[in-house]
Amino acid sequence: MKHRKKMTLSRKRSITGLIFISPWLIGFLTYYVRSLIQTGIFAFSEVKDASNGGFTTTFVGVNNFKYAFMQDAEFNQILVNSIRDIVIDVPMIIFFSLFLAILLNGKFRGRTLFRALLFLPVIMNAGVILNAIRDAQTAISGGLSAVAKDMAVTKSSTMSMMLSTFVEFGIPRKLIVYLTQAIERIFNIVRASGVQTIIFIASLQSISGSLYEVAKIEGATAYETFWKITFPMVSPLILTNIVYTIVDSFVTSEVVKKAEEMAFTNFEYGISSAMSLISTLVVCLILLIFGYFLSKKTYYYN
Amino acid sequence: MEKIERGKALKTGRDYEDIKFRRKVFMSKCVKKAMSLFRIVTLIGISYIVLSPMISIISRAFFSESDVYNAMVYLIPQNGTLKNFKLAILRMDYWKTLGYSLLYIGSLAILQLFICSMVGYGFARFQFPFKKLLFGCVILTIVIPSYTIMLPLYMHFRNFDPLHLFGLLGIGAKNWLTTVKPVYLMTMLGCGLRSGLFIYIFIQFFRGIPKELEEAAFVDGAGAFRTYFTIMLPNAVPSLITVTVFSLVWQYNDSFYSGLFGIKSDYLLSVKLASLTGTINSLDQIVNPEIQQAYLDAGIVLMVVPIVIIYIILQRKFIEGVERSGIVG
Repeated sequence: MKHRKKMTLSRKRSITGLIFISPWLIGFLTYYVRSLIQTGIFAFSEVKDASNGGFTTTFVGVNNFKYAFMQDAEFNQILVNSIRDIVIDVPMIIFFSLFLAILLNGKFRGRTLFRALLFLPVIMNAGVILNAIRDAQTAISGGLSAVAKDMAVTKSSTMSMMLSTFVEFGIPRKLIVYLTQAIERIFNIVRASGVQTIIFIASLQSISGSLYEVAKIEGATAYETFWKITFPMVSPLILTNIVYTIVDSFVTSEVVKKAEEMAFTNFEYGISSAMSLISTLVVCLILLIFGYFLSKKTYYYN
Repeated sequence: MEKIERGKALKTGRDYEDIKFRRKVFMSKCVKKAMSLFRIVTLIGISYIVLSPMISIISRAFFSESDVYNAMVYLIPQNGTLKNFKLAILRMDYWKTLGYSLLYIGSLAILQLFICSMVGYGFARFQFPFKKLLFGCVILTIVIPSYTIMLPLYMHFRNFDPLHLFGLLGIGAKNWLTTVKPVYLMTMLGCGLRSGLFIYIFIQFFRGIPKELEEAAFVDGAGAFRTYFTIMLPNAVPSLITVTVFSLVWQYNDSFYSGLFGIKSDYLLSVKLASLTGTINSLDQIVNPEIQQAYLDAGIVLMVVPIVIIYIILQRKFIEGVERSGIVG
């Protein structure tokens, strides 16, 4: 008698499952896996355009990395700046968006308006618009170019005009520059918090009211309520938001511009790939560190 | 405090406990009012930070030449004009490009919805070998910044020859740069703009749907796809709206892929805007950067208004959608 392999139900289900995810699987293998491997190969070799539209690679070992770290004038600086920005900005963004979410959670007039408002920076975050804003500052404060070069990134012409008058008063320029940068950081943080705040608002609303009722009956103060109820319930999302924020801030940082410039202006594909790989590894490392410390402290409600 | 209260109780003839209670109520009312004042002030402050560049851009868009040179004019133009808008509309070929852009982001959003929800459903509801590993790969696509793969993508589409089929058929590799085809293809294969995040949203949502619904459908004789279309999708409306809004907004503002693939500016408003300064410089001979700025601002306003309108329309459903879509809890 012939033995036929039966199509058990679980088999059928698993094949159906694979069919459902098949588009993504194909895309992932073709675009991500292959590209990552290619980037890896590029990073270790020198890539030149071949005449038939393809490219040739010659293995040069770690030369590209050496170039990025030692010879290129800006790369180290940019990398360190980006890391520093991330380490300072991310906790502040999380705290601020949590604070904002709590503020926006209660019922009050105009709540919908404010919620709509705070998502606005996400909408206007097009690269073009940001460039235009930046150019706007340089054009307007062009007359004070010596001071303005540091202040040109301030996102408001009032600010640079006001602060420039302080320079007239003889306040040390370093202090002005420091203040401007601090203020700019606040501006950046507020603008970068849109998506995180929405996620926090959503999670705050999913905390069941009965927890709060019990706490009130037992006589907990607002402070205790926050730290013992709200904060633990929100903590899984703190991790999610941190991942999102880190990736987001890296993507918009200078490192990307540098890598793009290397690739398309200087046609140094190998070096550009090396830079991309380095920064990706840095991002992954930062994420692992943050993630490890946070999963220890996260409380999962089930 | 106690002495005062006892004194008051004696004077007015009311109960001591009553006085204490009334004081407590009064204090908590004061605290509540102070809190809401604090809240309003903080929110207004934050709104200012959020809106300030936009306000200055909008007001500058209405400046005429005399206003640009007038140092006293800050927000309200003295000779307000629509000239900047007219020129920007002309040079950006506004209405046609807007139409194309809306079609572009709309079709891509629908594709994202369809493909990502399918993939999310597959991960959430089916068991298959290597599932955990593949799920980790989805997370990987969210975490890895897209510029890591930008070079190979560029090369891949410069000589596009899938599986060397074209070569076999004798057509030869095609150059797909400067078209929108790469973006469509990648989106259809689940690797579009932020697709990993959308897949994750759908996975979280579908995990939260009770299994009984599916089992009921199965008992009634529905196959997997039928179940998916008729049962799962209608339930997933909150997630669908969330993903739609995110996808529309991010695709509209995208300058990464459009720059990478060099998509022709006929299709995309964002590309047109980037080249606006150059265009008015060369075609209209407007060289002064401050005046150029006014025109650019008009262009920015023109570009931002449509997406803000779309967002406002979808906004209420969107916040509800995020709450119920299951990313949280």
